[in-house]
Amino acid sequence: MIGFLFLAVVLIASAVWVVTAKKPVYSVVGLLAHFAALAAMYVSLSAEFLGVVQIIVYSGAILVLFVFVIALLSSGVDPFSVGPNRLPKAAVPAALLVLGSLALTAYGVFKAPTVGPRVGGAAIAAQAGDANAFGSVADFGKALFTVHLLPFEITALVLMVAVIGVILLAGEKPPLSGSSEQAAKARREMREAIVRAGDE
Amino acid sequence: MLQVAITNYIALSATIFFVGVAGVLLRRNPLIMLMSIELMWNAANLLFLAFARMWANNAGHIFAFLVITVAAAEAAIGLAIVVIVFRDAKNVDVDEVAGLRG
Repeated sequence: MIGFLFLAVVLIASAVWVVTAKKPVYSVVGLLAHFAALAAMYVSLSAEFLGVVQIIVYSGAILVLFVFVIALLSSGVDPFSVGPNRLPKAAVPAALLVLGSLALTAYGVFKAPTVGPRVGGAAIAAQAGDANAFGSVADFGKALFTVHLLPFEITALVLMVAVIGVILLAGEKPPLSGSSEQAAKARREMREAIVRAGDE
Repeated sequence: MLQVAITNYIALSATIFFVGVAGVLLRRNPLIMLMSIELMWNAANLLFLAFARMWANNAGHIFAFLVITVAAAEAAIGLAIVVIVFRDAKNVDVDEVAGLRG
């Protein structure tokens, strides 16, 4: 319970930091703390594999992507200090929303009505560390490749569609900006670069 | 191990989700909006895993895995769109984007 409360405080504080930070880089740092705490919470929920996936996919891939985009967009101009920000204007309703949710948290902590049976609680705790324990890699993999094979295949399809979409969007010719002359020039340069690379 | 009542997980998840909602509604920076969306994905994931643990059923794990994949795809595509739209822009403000208006 103490661990849960500590992680909950870290999670909420870092989430608020993500939303209120002035610069996106600070938000990324807050998000990193959030994902780390969330991975710890996943492990405490005996979802070991997903805790590791959380760190690899989110902290390793998605956050790096965010940092890359921030670096890409801030070159030359100073884009993030310009432009209106609605945060001060609408801070009161947002605070009410979040505080209401926090009140629900407090209610849950102090009142804590039990919802449903805790199926297998002691049994799961007893087999912790076992290779085939609930939430272990073996358990997860067995479920993923037998009962839930179709969702797994759909996952592959979703990722492929995303990759194709990103290549189409951010490919050599920017669809929303730049002239076709520029695109032709870029294509020519890319071809020459490829030819040069082939010669070497 | 589940000394913590499921209500606490629900409330924590709701809190994080609403912080994410507030971020999407209030911030005009597309990057921070995308990060707030990530917060919401993760709040849903936390609840999936908490209920999976409660019922000792790892279908929740599979679903959380699916959600992580979709979130990764969404982040990649969203960031690609942000890069395209704001490549030549002086500032990054979603209110000034009209290129996708029909």
